Amino acid sequence: MSIAADPLFGIAVTVIVYALFLWLQSRMSWVQPLLMTSAVIMLMLVILRIPVEDYQKGGSWLSFLLGPATIALGVPIYKNAEQIRRSWRPILGGITVGACCGLLSAGLIVLWMGGTRDMAWTLMPKSATTPISMEVSRLYGGYPELTAVLTVLTGLAGSIIGPPLLRLCGVTDETAIGVAIGTTSHGIGTARVLKDSEWMGAVSGFSMGLTGIWVSMLALPLHLLGL
Amino acid sequence: MIGFAILAFFQLVGWLIQRLTGLPLPANVIGLLLFIAALFLKWVPLHKVEETASFLLKYMSLFFVPVIVGSLAFFPYLREHWFVITGSGVISLLLPLLVTGWLVQSRIQARNNRQQKENAHVHRS
Repeated sequence: MSIAADPLFGIAVTVIVYALFLWLQSRMSWVQPLLMTSAVIMLMLVILRIPVEDYQKGGSWLSFLLGPATIALGVPIYKNAEQIRRSWRPILGGITVGACCGLLSAGLIVLWMGGTRDMAWTLMPKSATTPISMEVSRLYGGYPELTAVLTVLTGLAGSIIGPPLLRLCGVTDETAIGVAIGTTSHGIGTARVLKDSEWMGAVSGFSMGLTGIWVSMLALPLHLLGL
Repeated sequence: MIGFAILAFFQLVGWLIQRLTGLPLPANVIGLLLFIAALFLKWVPLHKVEETASFLLKYMSLFFVPVIVGSLAFFPYLREHWFVITGSGVISLLLPLLVTGWLVQSRIQARNNRQQKENAHVHRS
């Protein structure tokens, strides 16, 4: 048995490499701890010929914590509820339309380009925050691991091009930018706009939580309609 | 620790409900909805969970690493279907981004204009 088959290996290696990239990020803001840690570990497994199953013995301990982390999303929703209430109509309307639009466009484009239904369900939930998008994907026949990667990439792309693109297209209102980013780019986008203003971060965090709930609810009727 | 216990409790309840009723929602989302309800009803005081929640949310991306590493198995699939996945991925990001941004801004502007008119009206009368 290789030493990598002990759960300690997966947990320790992941935490150490992640902490290293977090530290690097505090010096260079363009560093992405999640993507870079994953890439380093993938390379390591491939080069050292360690089976992914061995790594996952420890890794699954870490991914288990996604459960409590999803429940924890309730805290920012609750804390910002009072402030959000003042313009709840535009905010709620925007999140609802945005979540529908994201789900439908992702699914229809896949089918239109000749993709399969499992591919459509892999892509559709990707604007929801990752623990939710993975679960929706699993529930309706997508590939949850792939959904997780695509969700992270979507969040990353949205957080980089979202705010400048919105301003370029004439969207300058902070609430509008916050809702648009939170609805499409979940936690990664929220962290990005939070750097610009506290209010945008709050609106974006709220939108991300609600989008997660909306996406998981809207998925069912779409599934029943034959998607 | 009590914060972690509370979050784990709602996760467990969500999971049980999903198992027992077959509700077509992710178990974590059921737990999340119940947790939000409990916060608003003051069954769970915010200060008991705040610290644990902010820790978990701050380092949430760490918990995704094993999931993404698990996608190694999908590399051949990605190589084969990258065109459809990229096409759908890019459009379904940009479309809702712009639609949502425009919609929220136009609604807020419409409301502000309405309020201004009402204020002007009040001043005149």
